[in-house]
Amino acid sequence: MKKSILISCFFVVMTFTSCAQKSDNSIKTPEQTIISAELIVNDLQIPWGMVFLPDGSMLITEKSGELIHYKDGEKTNISNVPAVYYRGQGGLMDIELHPNYEENGWIYLSYSSEEGTDKGGHTAISRAKLEGNSLTNIEVLYKAGPNTTRGQHFGSRLEFDDNGYLYFTIGERGERDVNPQDITRDGGKVYRINDDGSIPQDNPFVNETGAKGAIYTYGNRNPQGMLKHPGTGAIWIHEHGPRGGDEINIVKKGANYGWPVITYGINYSGTPITDKTEMEGMEQPIYYWVPSIAPSGMTFITSDVYPDWKGDLLVGSLSFQYLERMQLEGEKVTYREKLLEDIGRVRNVRQGPDGYIYVAVEGKGIYKLVPKS
Amino acid sequence: MFIKIVLVVFSIGLTGIFLGLQQDSSFQESKARGAVIYQDFCVTCHLPAGEGVPYVYPPLARSDYLLNNKTASIRGIKFGQRGPMVVNGISYDNTMMPLGLEDEEIADVMNYILTSWGNTTEKMVTPEEVAEVGPR
Repeated sequence: MKKSILISCFFVVMTFTSCAQKSDNSIKTPEQTIISAELIVNDLQIPWGMVFLPDGSMLITEKSGELIHYKDGEKTNISNVPAVYYRGQGGLMDIELHPNYEENGWIYLSYSSEEGTDKGGHTAISRAKLEGNSLTNIEVLYKAGPNTTRGQHFGSRLEFDDNGYLYFTIGERGERDVNPQDITRDGGKVYRINDDGSIPQDNPFVNETGAKGAIYTYGNRNPQGMLKHPGTGAIWIHEHGPRGGDEINIVKKGANYGWPVITYGINYSGTPITDKTEMEGMEQPIYYWVPSIAPSGMTFITSDVYPDWKGDLLVGSLSFQYLERMQLEGEKVTYREKLLEDIGRVRNVRQGPDGYIYVAVEGKGIYKLVPKS
Repeated sequence: MFIKIVLVVFSIGLTGIFLGLQQDSSFQESKARGAVIYQDFCVTCHLPAGEGVPYVYPPLARSDYLLNNKTASIRGIKFGQRGPMVVNGISYDNTMMPLGLEDEEIADVMNYILTSWGNTTEKMVTPEEVAEVGPR
């Protein structure tokens, strides 16, 4: 009897849970795949970020702190890369080019750094130029603090919007009850700065006493995917939830995304974090994953290389080791599909200037997705 | 003379008990620090009860590999673990990058995982022992 009550409670809970996000969100595995994955850069460990230079070559960051220039089938290590605080999830992370890179040569990097007086590290954003095989003109644009020896949640993707603002993310550094809801502290935020590191005067919290002026949104957990929507120009992020509750959010000026006051996830131990999934004044995600896929990297397909997939969103999954293709109607996810099942921990995905999709997989390298003829 | 001998034996005994207790309490403290490290660095893959994910992340709970290969396990945490391995009869071929932990932290987390979820060990891992482990 007790058991049957428990089971019915479970179903009630399940029903309510699935009501929160309407439509069938189960992920499909296609019987036939229309693409093949060609390994073009091999022997990489954790290829966190990648960009394509105007000559078609690539810059690839390894979390361990190496910056690799991949050109004509050869890897060259770039020297004079900022020292990284290599611990836990920290290291050399994302890389991005200035929108006017061909004129000014600025390359932007995010990494964990020991800079400062406290023991430990925190996320830093720098820009530099590439001369020969070396970085020069390095300028630190932002360094979060205080340092901590915690190993989690550094962020940290980089993206420019159409107005030339640079957005970056910093995770809450394992201090969920301290950082994300406090705009006087770093971590658990999306930031917005000018390309030279100065703070835009119309940032939402510049006039609030004690607030970090670079903060653009708060209540985030650990966003490791960020990109500009090709149509609307809005900045989209996804962020790791705890156990369950990874989210896709659209970045809105001054918005609070609720972590850890509201969440669709629970503690790793199975105990609840909160009984709330929504609250006034806090944003709802446009999509959330339960169970967590551990999303990393994302890109919209805008090219004509994969005609059936044009406009779709691709998201890497670290924990389930596949690439997720999501069809959208506006801001609504209408279909999900697994690509490259069991390929390994997908760290990053980008559309190259040639229109092809490039997928970075831990322990393997970078794959190019080629349509089967 | 006889009393002297008794006293000496007695004090040696006391010292032994004292050292034993000290060892015991430092073992407990090491495990407690290790639990914090585990929640910080390990739990996302190896999961709260050390159960891991079959074929993806090897288990630590009642793991034959961990319990029979202490030095190799320390090496894995210190320098990273790569390539095929068999744990409790299941094959794994994944990469764990080095975590950037200090020797004392590696000793602490080893003491935690070696004494949790059904794992038992009498012998404490020390930072000195970790320091001696080099790359393969």
